[in-house]
Amino acid sequence: MRLQNKRLFFFTLVAAYLSYTFFVYTSGTETAFKMSAAAQEGKKVFQDNNCIACHQLYGLGGYMGPDLTNVISSRGELYVRSFIENGTAKMPDFELNKPEVDALVAYLGYVDSSANFPNRSVELTWYGTVNNSTAE
Amino acid sequence: MIRTGRLFIITGITSLALALVFGALAAIQFIYPDFLPEIAFYKARPLHVSLAVAWIFSCGIGAVYNYLELNNLIRFRYLGLLHWLSFVVTGILIISSYFQGTFGGREYWEFPPVFSIPILASWILFGVVFFSSVIRVKNWPVYLWMWATGIVIFFVTFLEANLWIFDYFSNSVVRELTVQWKSYGSLVGSWNMLVYGAGLYVMEKISEDKSYAQSGIAFILYFVGLTNLFFNWAHHIYAVPSSGWIGTTAYIISMTELFIIGRIIWKWKNTLSTAKKFANRQAYLFILASDIWVFLNLALAILISIPAVNVYTHGTHVTVAHAMGSTIGINSMILVAFILHHFGWNNSGWVRVCFWIINLSLGVFWITLIGSGILKGAALMNGESFSAVMINLSAWFNLFMISGVFLAAGFLALLFHFLFEFLIDFPENLFRKTE
Ligand code: HEC
Ligand code: HEM
Repeated sequence: MRLQNKRLFFFTLVAAYLSYTFFVYTSGTETAFKMSAAAQEGKKVFQDNNCIACHQLYGLGGYMGPDLTNVISSRGELYVRSFIENGTAKMPDFELNKPEVDALVAYLGYVDSSANFPNRSVELTWYGTVNNSTAE
Repeated sequence: MIRTGRLFIITGITSLALALVFGALAAIQFIYPDFLPEIAFYKARPLHVSLAVAWIFSCGIGAVYNYLELNNLIRFRYLGLLHWLSFVVTGILIISSYFQGTFGGREYWEFPPVFSIPILASWILFGVVFFSSVIRVKNWPVYLWMWATGIVIFFVTFLEANLWIFDYFSNSVVRELTVQWKSYGSLVGSWNMLVYGAGLYVMEKISEDKSYAQSGIAFILYFVGLTNLFFNWAHHIYAVPSSGWIGTTAYIISMTELFIIGRIIWKWKNTLSTAKKFANRQAYLFILASDIWVFLNLALAILISIPAVNVYTHGTHVTVAHAMGSTIGINSMILVAFILHHFGWNNSGWVRVCFWIINLSLGVFWITLIGSGILKGAALMNGESFSAVMINLSAWFNLFMISGVFLAAGFLALLFHFLFEFLIDFPENLFRKTE
């Protein structure tokens, strides 16, 4: 391969990457799901206590505990609160105060409103993609 | 003059030894969550993962410095030393913050974001040393392209991984997660560039054949790798509701790796005859093992990049099988080969025994992760409760823990052997006479 061609391939790929990045940052991730101030506070509590080491959101995270994407709608707020406030044999009690727990619940509620995971009513195509139907 | 490359290698070996201890701890806690509560799972996991990644980077960086030093290319040597120093100091600070329970709390880089500043700064030092040194080399072999790419891409993607500190990214979970995995997907590609480059360099030395690293096929594979590095990352986030074209792009690009799989099968006979030729070199043994693990992990990766398969495997230990299968089977094998070759350690029965313990237990380890992942995915899809699933899978997790302990023991035996050999000529082997 000639040096010129190598450079050509390289810089074409870099240019494509940069423009792709721009689209991903803007139109690709433009959604209606903006976070409330309470949810942002909750996100901080979630991070400060490293919940993601044991839990997943959208299936991403550590695997000791369950996925929390839809925990509010499937289990209800009270159930979630009792886990967070008391811990379990496997989950530590983080001794969070009431505002922190409220914030966490707001954050988990926000995440819940954005998606449905795992989506149990998928339709597969022969070419390997998935048609999402949002009905549970 | 002091050999910065070797400083990085020894740092890498130490990091891996610690990573293995915390990995084994995390695996035990999967079954006995009360085990060592001072370092509970949410501390043990980031300690394990960060130290494992530190091993890969440190040794990969060490390989690059070694190349510069052995070929008398290195310039601004003191900046390299400063790079090493800040790597070690930042590493120690990050480990202490995990112990203390101070987190940034985002997957993989679970440390507070301030530590990103010294990491980025030290990387600039690396870039300055590398580019000012190799600028004089004409007609770069493919591994120099790979190292150059890895160095630049790490900087860019690590910066990108920190964009969440701005509201524009963090106040939408969709945007935040998409950008997070966009950066991680490419960042992993950047360390692969460093490590695969080191692997090619070792093969060039073992075979005494310089033509491959200049060949058309080597560059074609490099460009396939680079395309994937840039565009395949969204196969991690099919489940995140960003625009459909992001997932579609990832699906299409991921399938280009079939070309690499095809080539491995096509060249299999060739690989075997090379294997016979170099079977007496222990470094080559590890390269050969990495070839087999490339094949297995690439096949798995391609499979789980198909959205219709991914719906079932995503969020299960199949992903962990992919992550650890590749970082251990591919990256770590290549780096061990590099170390053996670099120090000229050969023909030790000890190394051969470790080789077999590591690879056999890795086989069991990998299969238990895939098996438990598939079963968990299927059960959750059927709506079974998480705790019931975990109880039903406990036999798998036991096997995972046991094979993991053997794997860790095999690696630790090898690493202590390395450290022991290293100490025999210490400190002379850390220095090189300047001409
Ligand atoms: C050390 C691991 C660990 C950490 C850290 C952790 N959890 Fe958990 N969590 C678990 C496990 C395991 C369960 C499942 C219940 C059980 O088996 O004890 C659970 C259950 C839950 C549940 C109930 C989910 C359900 O579907 O039943 C919620 C809600 C929850 N955790 C929230 C959190 C939050 C919020 C944080 C961070 C402040 C957190 N957890 C940190 C391990 C952890
Ligand atoms: C060379 C050695 C190793 C490397 C490079 C390595 C790397 C990694 C990586 C990258 C992850 C993150 C995986 C993911 O989130 O998908 C991980 C997770 C993990 N590793 Fe390792 N690992 C190594 C050895 C081990 C060993 C020997 C054990 C057990 C004895 C172990 C136990 C674990 C556990 C329990 C997790 C967490 C999985 C979870 O969240 O459920 N690792 N490792």
